[in-house]
Amino acid sequence: MSNPAADNSPDPVAQALTGPIIGPGYNYASVTDKISAIVLNRRTPKWWVLGFAVTFTLVMMLLVALTYLFTVGVGIWGINIPVAWGFAIVNFVWWIGIGHAGTLISAILLLLRQQWRTSINRFAEAMTLFAVACAGLFPILHLGRPWLFYWLLPYPDTMKLWPQFRSPLVWDCFAVSTYATVSLLFWYVGLVPDLATLRDRSQNRVAKIIYGILSMGWRGSAVHWYRHETASLLLAGLATPLVVSVHTIVSLDFSFGLVPGWHSTIFPPYFVAGAVFQGFAMVLTLAIPVRKLFHLEDFITTRHLDNMGKVMLATGLIVAFGYMSETFIAWYSANIYERYMTLNRMFGPYAVVFWGVIACNILAPQFLWSRKIRVNAGALFVIAMAINIGMWLERFMIIVGSLSRDFMPSAWGMYYPTRWDLFTFFGSVGLFLTLLLLFIRSLPLISIFEMRELVNEEASQPSGGEA
Amino acid sequence: MPANRIYGLMAEFGTAEELLGAARRTHEAGYVRVDAFSPFPIEGLAEAIGFRHTRLPLVVLLGGMLGCGTGYFLQYYAAAISYPINVGGRPLNSWPAFIPITFELTILFAALSAVVGMLVMDGLPTPYHPVFNVPRFALASRDRFFLCIKARDLRFNLLSTREFLETLHPREVNTVDV
Repeated sequence: MSNPAADNSPDPVAQALTGPIIGPGYNYASVTDKISAIVLNRRTPKWWVLGFAVTFTLVMMLLVALTYLFTVGVGIWGINIPVAWGFAIVNFVWWIGIGHAGTLISAILLLLRQQWRTSINRFAEAMTLFAVACAGLFPILHLGRPWLFYWLLPYPDTMKLWPQFRSPLVWDCFAVSTYATVSLLFWYVGLVPDLATLRDRSQNRVAKIIYGILSMGWRGSAVHWYRHETASLLLAGLATPLVVSVHTIVSLDFSFGLVPGWHSTIFPPYFVAGAVFQGFAMVLTLAIPVRKLFHLEDFITTRHLDNMGKVMLATGLIVAFGYMSETFIAWYSANIYERYMTLNRMFGPYAVVFWGVIACNILAPQFLWSRKIRVNAGALFVIAMAINIGMWLERFMIIVGSLSRDFMPSAWGMYYPTRWDLFTFFGSVGLFLTLLLLFIRSLPLISIFEMRELVNEEASQPSGGEA
Repeated sequence: MPANRIYGLMAEFGTAEELLGAARRTHEAGYVRVDAFSPFPIEGLAEAIGFRHTRLPLVVLLGGMLGCGTGYFLQYYAAAISYPINVGGRPLNSWPAFIPITFELTILFAALSAVVGMLVMDGLPTPYHPVFNVPRFALASRDRFFLCIKARDLRFNLLSTREFLETLHPREVNTVDV
């Protein structure tokens, strides 16, 4: 599909191959001003206000759904026996998976010294944080008595009981809370120098004080930078195995169970790949509009889109391999329950979900083989959106599909979501987008100091600011 | 102004290379109480002003080891000492099942010690610092590079140090009030 190397024509395809990761003509000052202006500009863009109105309405809807849930109980949802894990757990796995691309971009690509990550890492880390916040909500809501959620934590209680440390559900509690904490720390450490920039650039006294407190008096001392880099690298080194462990443990929630379709050793790698796949799709879903709306095409260039498309393609192929392996093993195991589960997935009552998964997660990414499509923001957005939906359907297929028909036909039963399931899910999407909009308006969405560093390296020659 | 009211002298530079060169020459000239400020990390700048290495990795290692011990002991204590349950004669200290939480707490403690360790070693948060008394220092977080020789340095002399800084071709030299 690829073009024969286009010599020096500046078409997007050629740009994606060798193009810069930052537009031409930027110096330290202009990079700083352009990114900090998004936050410090007094006028809130119209689209922001409009978007916030919509997403905040969804948050209100979430609050209504939760109030009703806390008053009446989980009976308002579609869950019952045999399908006791419904939307809440599907949403949990989906949200936590979205977070993983942020950590991958900020940690693994930092360790691999992939400089193109610079302009998207802050944004992706924020996405991680908010996705984990949404994810963390669901297991708690799903508890029959959510106000007793702290029973999951080990503390010397008057009942003299401990959590069951041999259960993946307790591991999950530790994994997700550690992940949320480490993501927050990593994000904050990266933010400190930029908060100092905002403190120094802000004209507004209140903003100056707030950014001043948050930046802790950062002054860019050489020794501080040295420790900052050491700490960032160490955090990246710690976050890398952490991100793998988190989704591994999430997958163990299922594979430790004996239910056909869950009890499989392929789950950890297949879940981790799926998480990265979907996370990159979500980064693109968010980055493509933001780049357009804030005119950041010089910072988030076609080369970024191209690279993210490639990562999606690669992880998508791993996911496809996971599906094939599951199907093959179901046949090869000669286990009637596994075989039935697979046929039931393909042709049973939830068959439409299975074929949706195949279309969104296996067929749609195949377009990414073409560089023309990888550099086309509109096409990428559509594919990324398909993957977001496909990965949600995949979790539905695994969770609901398997539970609804396990070993004994007499125990079978269908699951249908109620309107409260839908309100809660779309409400969580609203919460995520609300947090993201607030972030965009109040914190620099691109790491400013790392962009300055990039300017320094791209120039690799004396390039002082003007006057 | 009496000398003890002065924190130091600060020279301003336009590029990272100039600051790096100036920092090296300042160190060679025998000044030890020197600090350099830049809008982004500059390779070799900390070394140029005489900083050798940071103990942060050691702190993180110790934090991680503490987390590892805490994680395992927590589970061992709960399962084998505080509330032992005999499930068909299976071992109480079922260590493979304790690995995930041990791992998570290792990472958690190590990450917390990395961040807390960095802040403590940096002396952050710093509510007040004299360098901010120089109005142009606000550009240290944008596009300017600063070198500060502190008055605490034994070689510091308001006149001769200023003369020395002028030889480094800075854009400006400012006095930093305490």
